[in-house]
Amino acid sequence: MAELEELYREIILDHYRSPRNRGELPTPPAHRTEGFNPLCGDEVVVTIDVDDGVLKDIKIGGQGCSISQSSASLMSAAVKGLPLDEVRAKIATFKTLMSVHEAQLEDAETAEEPEPVNLRSLGELAALQGVVKFPVRIKCATLSWNTLTQGLDELSA
Amino acid sequence: MSLDVALLKKDFPLLEREVHGRRLVYLDSAASSLPPHHVVAAMSSYYETTHANVHRGVYATAEEATRLYERTRKVVGRFLGSSHGEREVVFTKNTTEAINLLAHSWGRANLAEGDAVVLSIMEHHANIVPFQMLAAERGIELRWLPIDADGRLILDELDSLLAGAKLCSITVMSNVLGTINPIAQIAEATHRAGALLHVDAAQAVGHQPVDVLAWDVDFLSFSGHKILGPTGIGVLWGRAELLDAMAPFLGGGGMILDVSTERFLPADSPQRFEAGTPPIAEAVGLSAAIEYLSALGMAEVRQHEAELTTAALARIAEQFDERVTVYGPGPGADRGGVLSLSLEGVHAHDVAQILDSVGVCVRPGHHCAKPLMRFLGVPATARASFGVYNDFDDVEVLLEGLEAAARLFL
Repeated sequence: MAELEELYREIILDHYRSPRNRGELPTPPAHRTEGFNPLCGDEVVVTIDVDDGVLKDIKIGGQGCSISQSSASLMSAAVKGLPLDEVRAKIATFKTLMSVHEAQLEDAETAEEPEPVNLRSLGELAALQGVVKFPVRIKCATLSWNTLTQGLDELSA
Repeated sequence: MSLDVALLKKDFPLLEREVHGRRLVYLDSAASSLPPHHVVAAMSSYYETTHANVHRGVYATAEEATRLYERTRKVVGRFLGSSHGEREVVFTKNTTEAINLLAHSWGRANLAEGDAVVLSIMEHHANIVPFQMLAAERGIELRWLPIDADGRLILDELDSLLAGAKLCSITVMSNVLGTINPIAQIAEATHRAGALLHVDAAQAVGHQPVDVLAWDVDFLSFSGHKILGPTGIGVLWGRAELLDAMAPFLGGGGMILDVSTERFLPADSPQRFEAGTPPIAEAVGLSAAIEYLSALGMAEVRQHEAELTTAALARIAEQFDERVTVYGPGPGADRGGVLSLSLEGVHAHDVAQILDSVGVCVRPGHHCAKPLMRFLGVPATARASFGVYNDFDDVEVLLEGLEAAARLFL
């Protein structure tokens, strides 16, 4: 089934089997945020080390399905070492990739014409675009991203 | 096989569906069962020939609607082994509402600070949270009956937990482990301790013979949609003298004897607990579902599902050995048709997603039993559960899907 192969791309399976930046950074100095998907019980722990406006280090803990775990792993690799404004931009682009399709699935008639997402700018993250064909799984893919956003918000508050 | 499943499958139009180019294999009856054509036809016929609000109109169709609705209490009562359905069957929205009714109306009248309620660790959230809400409000104590490594209640601890308790509320069959609990034995211990017993029979009523008198339970709850009936109707069965002594639940039309600006007088039970227009068509559908199951014979239904469960457990062990863990007791008299699986290296969500691609409907997640999942040490399982319409071919497609999941994540 083609859609299933789109969902479980080799990059995703690779990040699931060998997650990058796995673990937790010592707190303090790192900041720790937990995210939950109450629907399925998936949980993610994002610890971040921010210094001088740069996301110096990030580690991912918790457990969940291949989509939530690989998305978290891909995210950690994509944002580690970036200035915070670029991290925010990366999150926004990824969320657009997910939400655009969510809006199209839910309400094709009235959905606003979305900003086209530059898949190239997403790099390996583009592998997650197959998720949008499975609406229930979008929450799996966005769990770690929402948790990271929450952590950044808590730090800047 | 004791039932002619090939013939019986034709009664369930949804099983003719294809998904992703495959025959739909429905293995999620523990979440909701499929209704046979009879149930849909009975509801449809009711709406097209009879529908009117109950208990008030004097015209012919209103009286017929009232008769059909009230008749369902007797049908339900007989199905549960009681000859007083008209006084002992309260209609609710579902099992959850039935247990909330019990906790609210019986709990508030009979439980004070320091009183204890005994639950088990294998309960569904529906049989936990209403009592936790009551505990937060009233300061009552909740005590937890543990389970052993095979997923059976540790009954040796029951007497000490029951000492001084006022209520015990236990599932007849676990929706995760498939364990069928020894209700008569639990009832005996509960009554010896001077407490009352409520059983959550959501997973039992559509799958095995139930006898409230032989079991000697005080309250029992279940949902229509888990016994081949419609959604939107559930039942709280209670001994008449207990229901009669309980305060109303929701307030409104239908549950009163009289209302003035100063006060209201509640109606007798069971109407006392049924505020507002009740689920009339759903009651008609529930009668049809019970008549369908009764015609099959509940002993035959249980035997069929037990054979299927025994065969499925054997096939899974044979093909997957250590790679698949099935939680709960091994095959036997106390094992119902619910298989919660863990496939090595593959998360339950992914298992369920891949099973969907071959047309198999199973449920991933915590199954609304998080205290149990914590005890088992697993965040989620993929749960396959049987109904009367499943057969050995369905088990083979399940195995094919599990094999595909194992291959993909190898």
